Amino acid sequence: MSAVTPLERRITRRAFVVGTTATGAGLAIGLALPLSPRAAAAAEGAPEVNAWVVIRPDDTVVVRIARSEMGQGTLTGLAQMVAEELECDWSKVTTEYPTPGENVARKRVWGSFSTGGSRGIRSSHDYVREGGAAARMMLVQAAADAWGVPASECTAAASVITHRPSGRTTTYGAVADAAAKLDPPASVTLKDPKDWTLIGQPVKRLDTLDKLTGKQVYGADLKLPGMLSAAIRDCPVFGGKVARLDTSKAESMPGVRKIVRVGESAVAVVADTWWRAKTALDAVDVAWDGGDNTKVSSASIADTLTRGLDADDAFVNHEVGDAAGAIATAARKVEAVYSTPFQNHAPMEPMNATARWTPERCEVWCPTQNGEAALAATASAAGLPIEQCEVYKIHLGGGFGRRGAFHDYVTQAVTIARELPGTPVKLLWSREEDMLHGHYHPVMQARLRGGLDADGNLTGLHIRLSGQSILAAVFPQNLRDGMDALAFQGYWAKGDHALAYTVPNLKTDHAMRNTHVPPGFWRGVNANQNCIFLECFMDELAEAAGQDALAFRRKLMADHPKSLAVLNAVAERAGWGTPAAAGVHRGLAHFNAFGSYVAACAEVSVADGKDVRVHRIVAATDCGYAVNPAQIERQIAGSFVYGLSALFSQACTVKDGRIEQDNFHVYDSMRIAQMPVVESIVMPSGGFWGGVGEPTICVAAPAVLNAIYRATGTRYRTFPLKDHGLRLV
Amino acid sequence: MTRLTINGQNHEIEVEPATPLLWAIREQVGLTGTKYGCGIGQCGACTVHLDGMPVRSCLIPVEAAAGKSIRTIEGLAEGGKLTRVQQAWLDHDVPQCGYCQAGMIMAVTALLERTPRPTDADIDAAITNICRCGTFQQVRAAIHAAAAA
Ligand code: FES
Ligand code: FES
Repeated sequence: MSAVTPLERRITRRAFVVGTTATGAGLAIGLALPLSPRAAAAAEGAPEVNAWVVIRPDDTVVVRIARSEMGQGTLTGLAQMVAEELECDWSKVTTEYPTPGENVARKRVWGSFSTGGSRGIRSSHDYVREGGAAARMMLVQAAADAWGVPASECTAAASVITHRPSGRTTTYGAVADAAAKLDPPASVTLKDPKDWTLIGQPVKRLDTLDKLTGKQVYGADLKLPGMLSAAIRDCPVFGGKVARLDTSKAESMPGVRKIVRVGESAVAVVADTWWRAKTALDAVDVAWDGGDNTKVSSASIADTLTRGLDADDAFVNHEVGDAAGAIATAARKVEAVYSTPFQNHAPMEPMNATARWTPERCEVWCPTQNGEAALAATASAAGLPIEQCEVYKIHLGGGFGRRGAFHDYVTQAVTIARELPGTPVKLLWSREEDMLHGHYHPVMQARLRGGLDADGNLTGLHIRLSGQSILAAVFPQNLRDGMDALAFQGYWAKGDHALAYTVPNLKTDHAMRNTHVPPGFWRGVNANQNCIFLECFMDELAEAAGQDALAFRRKLMADHPKSLAVLNAVAERAGWGTPAAAGVHRGLAHFNAFGSYVAACAEVSVADGKDVRVHRIVAATDCGYAVNPAQIERQIAGSFVYGLSALFSQACTVKDGRIEQDNFHVYDSMRIAQMPVVESIVMPSGGFWGGVGEPTICVAAPAVLNAIYRATGTRYRTFPLKDHGLRLV
Repeated sequence: MTRLTINGQNHEIEVEPATPLLWAIREQVGLTGTKYGCGIGQCGACTVHLDGMPVRSCLIPVEAAAGKSIRTIEGLAEGGKLTRVQQAWLDHDVPQCGYCQAGMIMAVTALLERTPRPTDADIDAAITNICRCGTFQQVRAAIHAAAAA
C-alpha cells in the first residue's frame, strides 16, 4: 500500500499522470457509472479517464481502493472484484489508496470512501467490477488495434491477450500505454457469477507480509522530517471545559516545545517525542468545570431508561395486528426486562493523527474509516477551503466504527498544528484518553412481553426499547420524523435488518432517552443488543410454551427461508437434539443484520456456577455472495472475540459525569485461553450482497446466554456477566 | 547517554532514564514495529525479548535494559528470510488489522524457544496478548504449524 507520505503520493501521482498522457508508460482507467449520479458527474468532469486500475509496463496491476483496510480484508476483497473482471494475473496485483483530495478534485470518481456498516464491498461491488471490466475492454481493444484485427477475435486471461485465429499474444503491460489513449467503453457487461474464477476464492490477503516484520506503518508510527509529537487531555466530563490551568511545571520539562489549549475543553503538550509530551502533560495541573453533567451517573441514566419502558412517547417502527390485545387475552403471558451498557470500541491502536498546517495548506495523515469525512474535518479545523487540504490514509490498527463518523482526533491534531505553522505534529491519544473519550455503544433497556395460546403458539409480542439513539447524536438528518430506525436493527418489517419471525400481533417501539455520553456505531451497532433481547426472550417463550427452542423458532420462520436455513445449518452441525458431552449445554441464536443471515449454536459448560467455558461455537452466514470465504471465516471467528469480550467483561460506567474505565485492566478483552473453537459455515445463496464484518457479533452473546441458562437455570438479563460473578475461562 | 543493544546493534541514545523501553525503542531508536497499546502491561503489543525473555517493554525503564540484549520484531527475519513463526503467520493469513501481531509474534517466538512443541494448555498459559480483531483461532493454528515446521 502506498500513499503514506507526500513524497510517495507525488510519485504515484506522477505515474498516474504519465500513464494518462501520450508519452506515458501506464494505463489508468475508470468508467462512467451509468446508474450513479455521482459517477455521471465524474464522467462529465473527467472525460479523460478515471482510475481504478493502473498497469505498469512490467505487468504489475495497481488496483485503487477507495475504502479503508482496518482488518476486515476489505482491501483484498475489493481487489478480487476488480481483478475478476480485469482478467489479470492475481499474483501481479498490488493496491493503493487514492486520496480523498484527489476524489474531490476528480468529482468523486471513486465514489464513497466510507468503510462501515459492513458496506465496504457490498455497496461498491458493481462499480468496482465495472471499472475492472472497462479496463479489460480497453486493453483488448488496444491489442486488437495494434494487430489490425477485430477486438471480438481477442480474449484476455491472466494479463495475457490472445488473438484466437492467429494465436498471437501480448501482455497487458505491453499495450497499457495505447489503451490509456482510448475512450472508455460506453457500456460493459459484467460476468455471470457462475463464471467467476477469483471472486469466491479463499485467496490470501494482500496486506500480510509487512504486518509480520514490523514494517507496516500505522498512524501511530508515522515519522516525518521535523515532526513533533503531542499528547492531549480532554475534560473527562463530556461537555465540560477547562476551568483553571497551570502549565508552569510542564513548560520546563525535557523536550517540551509548546503547550496548547485545544478548544474550550482540552490541553495538549507538544514535545520532541511523545513520551516527553505525555510526561509533561501529566505535570500540567488542570481543574475541570464539568457543569451539570457531573451529576450524571450510571444509576441516574438507568433510572431514566427504566422510566422510558412505560412512557407514552415512543416511536413505533413495526406494528402488525394488535399486540397489546393479543397479549392481554393470551393463555399465558411472559415478560422480561433486559439492559445493556455503554461500551468503548477500544481498537488496539489508540486514536491519532498527524497534521501539518500553513496558512495556505493543511495536510493530515491518519487512520480513518472514511477519508472524505477526515478531509472535511481537516478543512473545517484548518480554516481552509477543502481544495487546499489533503488527507493521506494510513492502515488502521482497528476501527470497529470508532474511526468512521468521528474525526475528533483529526480536529484536535489540526488545531494543535495551527499553533506551529509548517511543522508536522503527531497527536497520539493515550489509552486512557481513548477510553474516556469514546463514542460509545449506546445504553439500552428493553421490556419484552409475549403472549402464548393454549397450544404454546406465540400470538403477540411487544418489544419496547428505551435508550439512546445514535442517529440523534451523530446524523440527526437521518431521523425519520424523529424516529431512529437504526435503533430497531433486526426488528424491521423488511430490508437489511428485517425481523426473521412472523408474529401475528407485533409491536416494536422505542422511547428515545439520550444522555450526555456520546454514542457511536460500535461494530454490529444496535443489532448487538437487539439480538440479545429477542433471542434470549425467544428461549424464555419456548420454555414457557414447554417447547424445544429450535422447534419453537422454526414455527415462526416459515416465511423466512434464508434465516431458517442458517439456523438449521448450525443446529444440524452442532447436533441439536442429540446429547452433548457431559456437562455441556447448547444455546441458539440467529438474526438478520447488515443484509446477511447469521446463526450460531454455542456449547458451554459452567463450573461452580461461575466459570464459563465456551467449548465450541458453530456459526453460519448467508451473505449472498461470498467474495472470499477464508476471510469471511476469520471475520466470523473474530466476531465472537468482540462479542464475548463485551458480554463477559465490558461496560463503561458513568460516575460524576465521566467514564470510569480507563484501560484494559478494568475493561478486559478476551485472550487466547478463552477462545472457543469456532466452526464456520459459509453458505452464500447468491443473488444479494450482505455484510460480513459485523452481523455475526450479535449472535455471539445470546447463543452463549441461552446455553448458560441451560447449564445454570439462571437467566442473566443485565451485563456484563462479570457483574454477576461469572468469568469466561 | 544510554546504550541499548537492539537486534545486535548498539545505539547510543539521549533519554531520561525512567522512559519506558517501549518509547525509547520507538522514538529514540526509531524502530516502530513494537507497538503501544495500553502502557500498563495488559495488552502485550509492546512485547520484546530482553536477554531472550519476552517482556512488556512499556513497563521496563530504559535504564534497566541498558547492557542487555534486546530483540524486536525487526530483528526476527534475518536477511529478509522469515522465521518459522512469521512463515506460519503468513501461511495461515493470521493478521487482521495487524497492530497486535508484532507483540503476538514476539511472545510466540519466545514460547517456542523454551517449549518447542507446546500443547494448547502451554499456549493458553504463555500467550496472554490482547487482539481486538480476534485472530486467536488462526494464532493457535499457526503456533502449532510453526512448532511442527
Ligand atoms: S503497551 Fe505494553 S502491555 Fe500494552
Ligand atoms: S489483528 Fe487487530 S488487534 Fe490483533
